[in-house]
Amino acid sequence: MDFGRISRRHLLQGSAALTLGSALGARSALAADTTIGFIYVGSRDDYGYNQAHAQGAAALKKIPGLKIVEEEKVAETDAVEKTMESMINLDGATLLFPTSFGYYNPHMIKMANKFPKLRFEHCGGLWSEKDPKNAGSYFGYIDEAQYISGIVAGYTSKTGKLGFVAAKPIPQVLRNINAFTLGAKLANPKATTQVIFTGDWSMPVKEAEATNSLIDQGVDVLTCHVDGPKTMVENAARRGAMVCGYHVNQSPLAPKAYLTGAEWNWEALYPKFVKMIAAGESIPNFYRGGLKEEIVKVSPYGEAVSAEARKHADDVKAKLTAGDYTIFKGPIMDNKGKAVIAAGTDRGQKDPELEKMDYLVEGVIGATS
Amino acid sequence: MADGTIGLWTVPLAVFGGAIRVSTPFLFVSLGECITERSGRINLGLEGTLVMGAMSAYGVSYLTGSPWLGVLAAGVTGSLLGALHAGICSLPRVNDIAVGIALMLFGTGLAFYLGKPLIEPTAPRLPAIDFGWWSDIAQLRAALRINVLFLIGVVLAPVLYWAFRTTRWGLLIRTAGESSDAARAMGYSVLAIRLKATMVGGFLAGIGGSFLSLFYPGSWNEGLSSGQGITAVALVIFARWDPMLCLWASLAFGGAAALGPALQSVGITSGYYLFNAAPYILTLAIMIITCSPKRTLTGAPAELSITR
Repeated sequence: MDFGRISRRHLLQGSAALTLGSALGARSALAADTTIGFIYVGSRDDYGYNQAHAQGAAALKKIPGLKIVEEEKVAETDAVEKTMESMINLDGATLLFPTSFGYYNPHMIKMANKFPKLRFEHCGGLWSEKDPKNAGSYFGYIDEAQYISGIVAGYTSKTGKLGFVAAKPIPQVLRNINAFTLGAKLANPKATTQVIFTGDWSMPVKEAEATNSLIDQGVDVLTCHVDGPKTMVENAARRGAMVCGYHVNQSPLAPKAYLTGAEWNWEALYPKFVKMIAAGESIPNFYRGGLKEEIVKVSPYGEAVSAEARKHADDVKAKLTAGDYTIFKGPIMDNKGKAVIAAGTDRGQKDPELEKMDYLVEGVIGATS
Repeated sequence: MADGTIGLWTVPLAVFGGAIRVSTPFLFVSLGECITERSGRINLGLEGTLVMGAMSAYGVSYLTGSPWLGVLAAGVTGSLLGALHAGICSLPRVNDIAVGIALMLFGTGLAFYLGKPLIEPTAPRLPAIDFGWWSDIAQLRAALRINVLFLIGVVLAPVLYWAFRTTRWGLLIRTAGESSDAARAMGYSVLAIRLKATMVGGFLAGIGGSFLSLFYPGSWNEGLSSGQGITAVALVIFARWDPMLCLWASLAFGGAAALGPALQSVGITSGYYLFNAAPYILTLAIMIITCSPKRTLTGAPAELSITR
């Protein structure tokens, strides 16, 4: 589509879509030539992290008057700076989404200082007061969705043994494992989660081996936190185990085995950002949220999920969406028998203590080192 | 065992199963490289061939619906890349190792480029033969679901061993590899022999790639090989250019790769980074045990650029 020759009609439609209809004729912050750049660390159809962001970008493409430029497989080195500069200088991008964790410091910070009039939005939740004001960092509490997956997994598992294929023992991953396990224990107090760390974000052969080993141990519901869940989902389904997805909806890969999954909801968040800019508001530099803020979502339940599980999961989901439910509510013991959250202490989603998580809760079989 | 779990038996079973599941790409690439190196040339580009093979097998299987056509396509792609390597190396004063590195980058880059639209669709996979029908233990049955390609590889190793020793073709390849002058004196074109040897090597490496995308892990993505082609090329040196040793070395590598996840699954969780490094530690250990300052590598073809 030639954006240079965009008609006035398109422009008006675009404005209306951006709730700018009332300000007819007024100069909008988003003109027809607004270009938004998306940068991905991997390939954007990986059934994983990058695809989730690409779906968000696709949601923006539907809004008339926006031009989206994308580049995939950009390394977390100064390569990303070059990509950002070329998007700015050649494509005229005014809003950039470098989506990978490692793009932030120093690369995105450097660019934000160099182009103070442009807006940079990073996925990862790293922004702090000393960073440039035109930079922002957003992230979702996806452990809320993992908690729901855990409930469904706890009800569905016949052996009470759940499996988790994880990349590295960093706080975010541990938080997902713990939330999944706590959810499963709501359904079945005896449920355990066996975790296997593969050591890196994308190791297909190791992930397949981990999946097979878990199933050999009697695990019958698996989930994961790796960049591309495709390997785990396909191999588990082939062995007759059930799966809960991650990042995006993987049910097309294993329609019978797919129970539910923890998904990013960038296709809801990105248009919100664009609306904020169009309305002349500034995007909060530090933007976080979970189910309530529509930053994460839960996949539709698969056919193998029982009515009881659906009811319980929907109930908790409704409470989380309303914002009056705490997942990490004391007393919580770690799997070495130490109290990590004391009785009476509620660690709400935004509690910074949770960002430092370095333990696995009781019921998880595995170690962080 | 009554509850369907097998406890600590998981570990030996996983190593056994892993040896069968993970070893096949190693086996095909190392046998292919064995043929190429015996003819006096090193093709380091087999990592690229492996990835190209995986991609083209997946693509052809997806488009035609026949995984076996995919395997064939992978082999043909591999032999074309082999021909390219041999063709460039036929020119005077071209270093085969440098060409190999270039082709490795070319192969992986091309595969990633052409494979973009293949990440999402699901292609028909190769079938497995159920050798565990006699057992009630589900885990054992799963480990014994063996792919035909593995069996072909296992048969191919002794056949190659025999062929190198006793057939006319084996003798010619070895002559070209040990003394190109002797081969030339006998009236054979060394370049033609090496071209064929490299093409056959590429064919096998391509088939190794098809196993990755069509059987295990069983789908196309860009992290699929993660260096297995390179490991397999190194494995040939480690196996002293002997096809039978290539077979054992591939099995050992496959088993070692399964060790890390298996130990974690039974609750031995400390030091898993170390267990994940098991294949590499194994290589180092065997290299140290078998090396000697008093002699050069036994079995190395004399015409190889690293030994010459």
